[in-house]
Amino acid sequence: MILSTRGLTKTYAGVAANTDVDFDLPQGQTRAIIGPNGAGKSTFVGMVCGRIPATRGTVTFEGADITTMAAHERIRAGMAYTFQITSVFPGLPVRENVALAARRWLGSNKRAVTSKTDEVLTRLAITDRADQLAGDLSYGHQRILEIGMGLAQDPRLFILDEPTQGLAEAEVEDFNQLIKSMDAETTILLIEHNMNVVMAVAEYITVLDQGMVLANGTPAEIRSNAAVQEAYLGTGHA
Amino acid sequence: MTDTAKSNALHFGLLAALAIGFFILPTYHSGNLARIMILAIYAMGYNVLFGYTGLLSLGHALFFSAGMYGLGLTMHLGGWSPAPAFLAALIASSIVATVIGFLVLRTTGVAYMIVTLMFAQAGYLTILYFGTYTRGDEGFALKQATRQLIGLDLTDPIVRYYTALILFATALLLLAYIIRSPFGRTLIAIRENEERARMLGYNVTAIKLKAVILSGIISGASGAAYALLFGYAGATFATVQYSILPLLWVLVGGAGTTTGAFIGVLFMTYLIDYASGQTNAYLIVVGVVLVAVTLFLPHGIMGTLRNKYAGWLP
Repeated sequence: MILSTRGLTKTYAGVAANTDVDFDLPQGQTRAIIGPNGAGKSTFVGMVCGRIPATRGTVTFEGADITTMAAHERIRAGMAYTFQITSVFPGLPVRENVALAARRWLGSNKRAVTSKTDEVLTRLAITDRADQLAGDLSYGHQRILEIGMGLAQDPRLFILDEPTQGLAEAEVEDFNQLIKSMDAETTILLIEHNMNVVMAVAEYITVLDQGMVLANGTPAEIRSNAAVQEAYLGTGHA
Repeated sequence: MTDTAKSNALHFGLLAALAIGFFILPTYHSGNLARIMILAIYAMGYNVLFGYTGLLSLGHALFFSAGMYGLGLTMHLGGWSPAPAFLAALIASSIVATVIGFLVLRTTGVAYMIVTLMFAQAGYLTILYFGTYTRGDEGFALKQATRQLIGLDLTDPIVRYYTALILFATALLLLAYIIRSPFGRTLIAIRENEERARMLGYNVTAIKLKAVILSGIISGASGAAYALLFGYAGATFATVQYSILPLLWVLVGGAGTTTGAFIGVLFMTYLIDYASGQTNAYLIVVGVVLVAVTLFLPHGIMGTLRNKYAGWLP
């Protein structure tokens, strides 16, 4: 298992966002976390990557207990994280956005940083926009750029919080291809509302409801799970 | 020309112009310019934190005066010569900056501004409290006989001018180097989006502390140089006015630009100089001009030039 949590719990002033989440993610898998609004998906990955301190419970990454580690230390340990609300460096050029991600672990090796940056820009087909300010990019391209900043870190666990939110249909298709192309390189943990994306890319699905794990299974199993259908009933998923 | 080449040309061009300036300008203006260069070092120190890291401090007079008294007291009371006294000033300001940085970086935003202001005020009161040694508001003069460095008389206008220029050049080129380095890029990243920088794996708190220390040392160097070259240390330099001034200089000159600090001090000095020659109510004139600059050049003089005409400006 690359990532495990045991009894992971978060309460906000007595209100539980997550309760006793036990979660195991095998190396190399592409896992989607789904669930209705307010199910505690973002809080859960927030506790995994360290942005949100857990009330109790443990997080284990590659065999090491990282529960008390600060967020930046977890990233250094091999995680990458993209925000639910797009978060880039708007006042800096696209190239520098990606370079900042590469430079953190490649250090002062300029050549390695440049080649990693070029590689990512080429892969995402945004080389022609490399000199634009990130803030001037379209929303879709900013999302792509943020994924690029994740890729530039060569993460062993890539956490994406609702990456397709607000993307046009054609962009979503490109995104699916991108995730599939990353499949062999890294373990992916994806929070996603768009069921077409989930069914297209996820190998395994965890369903959260009211802060607790409702079900685990393959896309086919989840689709036919009565409890899941119950939880989703009337929420109008695609 | 690459952007780096252009930026080098700008920096060395400015330094060359200043080097020639002493022989071209009337004595009055070259005297002014020596003072402007020293205060520009202070503004550059402030700019590291405000312009590049995005931390608005209202207490930098504390670092300026730590340098000023670090040099002033060791020379005045300890009988030290300028070189070791200058080193003492750098050490004093780095210690003050480390301690203050460690404490104030627990806060952000408005709380950060207030806490820095309070610490600087505490520093000012400390200087007054130890009035027996510091002579408080009245301050003390450094004797001409002690202001000698490797056989040169620092009170001589030409020596003073070129000493100021060497220190200014050191600070400017150091700043230009730092902001191009991976460390400097990280400072800018924190200014642009702190949470994103943290979630790229950067230890944001540690990097900000380094920025405070760097900023504190540069500001302290300016305070020490001021005391050394102009022969006076006094508590006035620790007042809130001297915390606000670098903010104004940097805002007017252009926050987050290497040359903005110098331009800001130059502009403000001559604005006050000119306005006070015209009217006793010169502060009103200065105020109106500052409001106009903020309205029409929200990114300062160099910042606006960069946005409109020269994206390469460092």
